[in-house]
Amino acid sequence: MRRWIPLLLVIALGAFLYLGLFLNPKEVPSPLVGKPAPEFTLPVVGRPGETFSPAELHGQVWLLNIWAPWCAICLKEHRVFRELIGPEVPVYGLTWKDLDREAAPLLARDGNPYVKAVDDVEGRVAIRYGVTVTPETFVIDRAGVIRMKHVGPITPQVWEQKFRPLLRELRA
Amino acid sequence: MRSWIPLLLVFAFLVPATLPASQPALPNADDPVLEARLNTLAADLRCVVCQNETLAESRASLALDLREEIREMMRAGLSDTAVVESLVDRYGDFVLYRPPLKPLTYALWGGPAAFLFIGFALAAAALYRRRAIPGTEDISPDTLAQASRLLQHPDSIPSGSVTEPTSPSPPQDTR
Repeated sequence: MRRWIPLLLVIALGAFLYLGLFLNPKEVPSPLVGKPAPEFTLPVVGRPGETFSPAELHGQVWLLNIWAPWCAICLKEHRVFRELIGPEVPVYGLTWKDLDREAAPLLARDGNPYVKAVDDVEGRVAIRYGVTVTPETFVIDRAGVIRMKHVGPITPQVWEQKFRPLLRELRA
Repeated sequence: MRSWIPLLLVFAFLVPATLPASQPALPNADDPVLEARLNTLAADLRCVVCQNETLAESRASLALDLREEIREMMRAGLSDTAVVESLVDRYGDFVLYRPPLKPLTYALWGGPAAFLFIGFALAAAALYRRRAIPGTEDISPDTLAQASRLLQHPDSIPSGSVTEPTSPSPPQDTR
């Protein structure tokens, strides 16, 4: 029995390292989950003079998607929003650091997947949401509390497995 | 002679390399005290996009934003701990290069000490087991007594019975 101990230790270490291969270091647990979504008021992209703030959506379940016109994956994700997610739940966009002012023409050309997209050109609101990469998506409940943060694009599979069950629960 | 002119030219080309690269000057010269505070604080904070750099040394645009945010909080009169707390509220303990001691981080803080302890324990166990010199158990007391006698009185070695240590005999062919 004794002679097997080193082998077992090596197998255990190997198992740890193997599992480590599938961890995503970008997926940092957000301390914001379970806390009220930070309040802000920002201009709406493509609608001069109009502003939006999360308080307007009290009583609704909604998504806040952090994106940027220079983020190719975000633009791919827009299709998922248009075709799959938009009809199920209102999606709002936070346009992060659009320094080249590309967001408005881009949304006008390709179709706007958001109910409204706000313009966070300095990235100050994104900091309040603890944003590190684009895209990121927050699920916000009727009381205005963040219930989930998803890092990376939402694919149909992710939507099915991660979002739908939570939305069903939040709307029950 | 004018041999120093090319040398001077070379140095002239090197001057730009000593200038800070790429980033535009930040509004920092106005308050050196605040800037010093920012730098000591940011040295212990992780840049969340470039995960192995500190906030002080990173050039990522988010790090610049965060430094500006910290500057603003400091200007508003927040203490260092309040600034750090507000960052932790948004990004989690992950931004701290010295995470606080709490149940989630016990393994992190205690791990090195635990492994050191395990190492010492294993070494102690191995040494304890080796206390007895292997191979001496079945030597008869007579032989041992003879050996110690010889060690005490090397002169008493009968000539011819013990030869000078020589190079080991060539390995025998066991094939």
